[in-house]
Amino acid sequence: MTLNHNIKKIKGYILIKNGKIYDPFIKLNKTADILIRNNKIIEISKKIESNSSYTIIDASNKIVTNGFIDLHAHFREPGYEYKENLNSGSKSAFYGGYTRVCCMPNTNPVIDSPELINFINRKSEELPIYVYPIGSITKNQDGKEMSEIGEMVNAGAVAISDDGIPVKNSQILRMALEYSKLFNIPVINHAEDNFLVNEGIMNEGKSSLKLGLPGNPYISESTMVFRDLSIAEYVAGKIHVPHVSTANTIEVVKLFKEKGVDITCEITPHHLCLNDEILLDYNTNSKVAPPIRSKKDQKILLNAVKSGLIDCIATDHAPHSIEDKETDICNAACGMIGFETAFAIVYSTLLKESMSFNSIIDLFSFNPSKIIGIKPNPIKVGTEPELNIIDLDKSWIFSEKHIQSKSKNTPLLGKRLTSKIEYTINKGFISNHLD
Amino acid sequence: MKSKHLIGLENISSNDINEIIDTGFLFREVLDRPIKRVPSLTGKNIVNLFFENSTRTKISFELAEKRLSADIINFASSSSSVKKGESLKDTIQNIHAMKIDCVVMRHPIPGSCIQLTNYVDSVIVNAGDGTHEHPTQALLDMMSIKEHFGKIKNLKIGIIGDILHSRVALKVKVCGPPHLIQKDIEDLNVKVEYDVDNLIEWADVVNVLRIQRERMGVGIIPSIREYRRLFGITSDRIKKHKKEIVIMHPGPVNRGVEIDSSVVDSDQAIILNQVLNGVAVRMSVLYLLLGNNDLKS
Repeated sequence: MTLNHNIKKIKGYILIKNGKIYDPFIKLNKTADILIRNNKIIEISKKIESNSSYTIIDASNKIVTNGFIDLHAHFREPGYEYKENLNSGSKSAFYGGYTRVCCMPNTNPVIDSPELINFINRKSEELPIYVYPIGSITKNQDGKEMSEIGEMVNAGAVAISDDGIPVKNSQILRMALEYSKLFNIPVINHAEDNFLVNEGIMNEGKSSLKLGLPGNPYISESTMVFRDLSIAEYVAGKIHVPHVSTANTIEVVKLFKEKGVDITCEITPHHLCLNDEILLDYNTNSKVAPPIRSKKDQKILLNAVKSGLIDCIATDHAPHSIEDKETDICNAACGMIGFETAFAIVYSTLLKESMSFNSIIDLFSFNPSKIIGIKPNPIKVGTEPELNIIDLDKSWIFSEKHIQSKSKNTPLLGKRLTSKIEYTINKGFISNHLD
Repeated sequence: MKSKHLIGLENISSNDINEIIDTGFLFREVLDRPIKRVPSLTGKNIVNLFFENSTRTKISFELAEKRLSADIINFASSSSSVKKGESLKDTIQNIHAMKIDCVVMRHPIPGSCIQLTNYVDSVIVNAGDGTHEHPTQALLDMMSIKEHFGKIKNLKIGIIGDILHSRVALKVKVCGPPHLIQKDIEDLNVKVEYDVDNLIEWADVVNVLRIQRERMGVGIIPSIREYRRLFGITSDRIKKHKKEIVIMHPGPVNRGVEIDSSVVDSDQAIILNQVLNGVAVRMSVLYLLLGNNDLKS
């Protein structure tokens, strides 16, 4: 079997030679060979004799680790298939090493019923990744009436969120946090006070002043996070803060974590690895919500990832068509794609912060797993292989040919990155991303 | 002049700025002649693309273009279609397809002129892009200051009014209600003064910005009388200071709101010189961007 860029069904034997295996779920950390037969790991040992019928992958000096888990992505189906669909989105995720992805409910119609959860599940069966739908907190994301949270969880929803629309009404959020305790799922609330956001389309600060663009102050996020965490503490609810972006938010998260409140938060690769100077060319692909913050914020966010205050990385993969972005900066849609570059840009950035490769990988698999209760298959004999083979030293320039998503909205094109996920194996599929 | 376009002053060298202003004074002389027309841009096409109303800027550019003998086309688009963000690229590509030498654009969205340079290779002149830059306004202000004082260097310029919703030359002291001044403006080496009397004592020139009546009494500025007491350039206030201070205003003036009628009409005000210099400096910009190329080829 020859391996190429396309995602292929696994047939026969695959021998992964000499990889550094790292599986935090079963605390495995050793160099060994892995033999796969008909989509089962049948042997892991120091040296496995090869056979001419085997497909051999030389993983010398490379990491073999579990597939990644993403808590926050947009597959745009149903309703916005011109931006992305489950099929293209899953290819994009697969290329980035993601094998299990939670998708946000801001589709059309909004995923606010068990029927729509079933729709996503049915459409995802044949895909190379596992897709986990997140249901909306309120019907049609209107912020008024709670959705059928119990029925949605029963059908397979793993969390609830109104995605980009913050729950303004604190009482609704309180009810959702209390009610969802029955189902042991996290509530994810986009934390932005829309009054403080005002007309802001980028971080308020020196860069927005230079560009003459209306600013969104960092307090729009931190005040809302304080409210959300206070309510969660009061009702002992389970809350997860999406895409933290500001230094002030970190202070708030720290305050509640130190009090022992059970809260978690994620950061996107772009909020961690970029700062608001990226907008100095008015590139609409750099417009996201919440906005990318200042250099000063970025420094504190990096420290918060290192210290563990920020629990994990989530992509907020947000595809938009050319037409959605090829307009002026005020009218352009918010969001950027993220799967294909997530690991590489985070690794490139955190390497400079002298973080170990194990802790960096944990941000993509072990840590999100703890938050959402989804586990990849462990790397052990008898299981279906669900793995990534990563060359941590590879230096490459990200270009359009690497993008599997239907959309190309990213400001990272042309950027040099360190580390590449060279192979991903999951659900009986394998693909290589060696180019 | 080194720059191909005039998008903003931020990235333009001081040499270029001086060249524009000095050439502006040459055109001022042309404007004093009985026949106020030179053939410099004969055969050049210029489109005035105005996506929001600005009668003064438009007339000033139009006049400058006509006095340089350019062929001009005016295009005005309603701001509602801009809100949809639908027409900019298409409109511009259409105009470009008709082989236009220069586009003078006014647009409410910051950065739209920079984006425009990605789509077309005509010469682009920014006639104001939202709250970003309005370079010919800044140039005419500088020219007017130079005309009055013979220099610009070391002069103290105070700007009074709604700084947040305006485009200002950023090496000055600004004064106005705190919520109408950008929070981080001091990061750009601009000093902030909330006491307008202190500002007048300090400054050689005050540039009084227009306070839009629409903003009054809608919760942004509580009332005209309160604004006038705190920040108004009233004749009483000017008299009180007993100092020679030059008054500028980019227009249109709201007499009796941000500035008193008698101050506007006083000898201290150089507001009408600004208007005339506006035409001259725009002639200068267009000539330097478009005319020289002709001579070179």
